[in-house]
Amino acid sequence: MAKVKISKKSTRIDMTAMCDVAFLLLSFFIMTATAKQPEPKPVDAPASTVLEKLPEEGVATITVGDKEVFFTIPGADVRKKTLERISAQYKVAFTEDEYKTFSTMEGFGVPLNQLKGLLKLNAEERNKEGVQKGIPYDSINNELTNWVKFAREAEKEVLDEKIANGEKDVVYKDLDIAIKGDAKEDYTTIKRIIDILQEQKKNRFFLVTGLRDKNF
Amino acid sequence: MAELNTGEGKKGGGKVRSKKSNPGVDLTAMVDLAFLLITFFMLTTTLSKPQSMPLAMPDKAKDDTPTTKIPEERMMTILIGKDNKILWYMGKFETPIIPPTEAVYGKNGIRKDLLKQIEYGKAIAKRDGFKDGEGLIVNIKASDKANYRNLVDILDEMAITHPQLYAIGDITPGEIDLLTKTGLY
Repeated sequence: MAKVKISKKSTRIDMTAMCDVAFLLLSFFIMTATAKQPEPKPVDAPASTVLEKLPEEGVATITVGDKEVFFTIPGADVRKKTLERISAQYKVAFTEDEYKTFSTMEGFGVPLNQLKGLLKLNAEERNKEGVQKGIPYDSINNELTNWVKFAREAEKEVLDEKIANGEKDVVYKDLDIAIKGDAKEDYTTIKRIIDILQEQKKNRFFLVTGLRDKNF
Repeated sequence: MAELNTGEGKKGGGKVRSKKSNPGVDLTAMVDLAFLLITFFMLTTTLSKPQSMPLAMPDKAKDDTPTTKIPEERMMTILIGKDNKILWYMGKFETPIIPPTEAVYGKNGIRKDLLKQIEYGKAIAKRDGFKDGEGLIVNIKASDKANYRNLVDILDEMAITHPQLYAIGDITPGEIDLLTKTGLY
């Protein structure tokens, strides 16, 4: 009887190529991923079914939680120019170092008289709970209005400069504002923020929400 | 037995045999790890972009008198009260076409009413000879006892059911009285 010879093949596969591809993809994702910035006020946004994403650039965020308001200005140069305007408006002088620190700081929430103190702290201390008490937004001391107004002016100036320098892919647009409110926040607080925006003719803005199914 | 010998017996042979090692390293574990990390980064990067809901408020200029009259029959008002409850009515506050009705959020609550009224609004608009896009107009009025989640929930219902137009308005003292009477304020 003829013996059928089964050729002995190794069960191992060469994984080198697979490994190469996997690490290539891995490095791609790590490089494109944007690191999550620490927020001074973590809030739990309400859920909605709307699938629209926030624009990636040029969005200032007003975070509202426990009646405290925090403001996040996008872009280091916009932040610096905003502080310059605030400094002129309230006649508070800031040093070069303070400007530098402020331009690295994404979000903040302190009254103006505490801003210098906040700038002295390091990043870790700044984002500790209870360090920042929110920007005043009542009718007596409405600093939030000025922050929003000056941030919009600063954004406009930065974009104008870019356009003047002949950067072709820059399109002029007004600074977008997103409101990120805590789900349990009172409507009156949100209404006050919306009123502040409407007072300066900012009638279109975004509400930051989470995601949920339609069958709620 | 001879097998137990650890090779001393071969010493006499003179030839030292080096152990034949496999030149390929086993990459399975490494690939596993790499793909695990890829999955992690893929998921976190797409999920971290926040969702948002665009909201356009009517211009607050004092002098704008509405040029087009809002047809009462197609006008629905939603009042947001406390404890996640809603009160809605059709038509004018003084003379409602459908009297104030209590509702809850979700697909078995306000959404059913909304879809019904949207159909009704479309029929009315057609009867009056308006264009196809015309239909129900919803006015959302939140009381001070409402929270932010309630507002987003109602706006979300608008995004799901698509009435012709919706706006956020200020609540009137009369409507607050109504909410108080029904125990929603």
